[in-house]
Amino acid sequence: MNRIIVGAHYGLKDWLAQRITAIVMATYTIFIAVALASGGASSYASWHALMSGSATRFATFLFIVSVCYHAWIGVRDIWMDYVNSVAVRLTLHVLTILGLVGCAGWAVQILWRL
Amino acid sequence: MPEIIKPRPKFLTLSQIHLPLPGFVSILHRVSGAGLFLLLPWLIYLLQLSLTSPETFEHFKTYVAHPLVKLILFGLCWAFLHHFCAGIRFLLLDIQVGIEKPQARASAKAVLAISLGLTLVVALKFLGVF
Repeated sequence: MNRIIVGAHYGLKDWLAQRITAIVMATYTIFIAVALASGGASSYASWHALMSGSATRFATFLFIVSVCYHAWIGVRDIWMDYVNSVAVRLTLHVLTILGLVGCAGWAVQILWRL
Repeated sequence: MPEIIKPRPKFLTLSQIHLPLPGFVSILHRVSGAGLFLLLPWLIYLLQLSLTSPETFEHFKTYVAHPLVKLILFGLCWAFLHHFCAGIRFLLLDIQVGIEKPQARASAKAVLAISLGLTLVVALKFLGVF
């Protein structure tokens, strides 16, 4: 049959994921902004103490994962909207995923070395 | 049964689009997101500098004091704040808050104003004005 297949469900799942990760990031942002405003990074010792606490590490990890998943959906949509060639688009999708997974790993290493 | 084939994915002709204010906020949401994505590795590098040791923390402080670095950081700060504010606006629109045209226009204006205003506050704070 000659029809163009478009997914009927992946759109909704990503739409929802985009919003859940946004709420996680917004909450974390407010938490960090309050911590910074109350002198959380006034010295290395206080900044290190803030970021190495178990609760912060848990939250920062969720933030990192949210950033990467959120960025994947958003950037993928940009490629889908503007990049016409399937080959170029696929390449960009792969590079985006590799870049984001690498960034997530790097950020997690920074946290877990503290 | 007639077969309906819609051309998908749909590609946009940017030069032919005239944007109202909410559309402007929307495209800036995309532009700011793209900017944040592109500079993500640099931001992680800054996080690494700030956290690795007291020495790298000092290096971080002199690094971000460079005028060009400061300028890029202020740009990213705006990108983040715009993306944040416009994102919250979208979340509210999702739950049917402010979907009428006048309210949507007003909230678009508010997003632009609040994100620019907050960027200014952060920049002034960073420059040690207060």
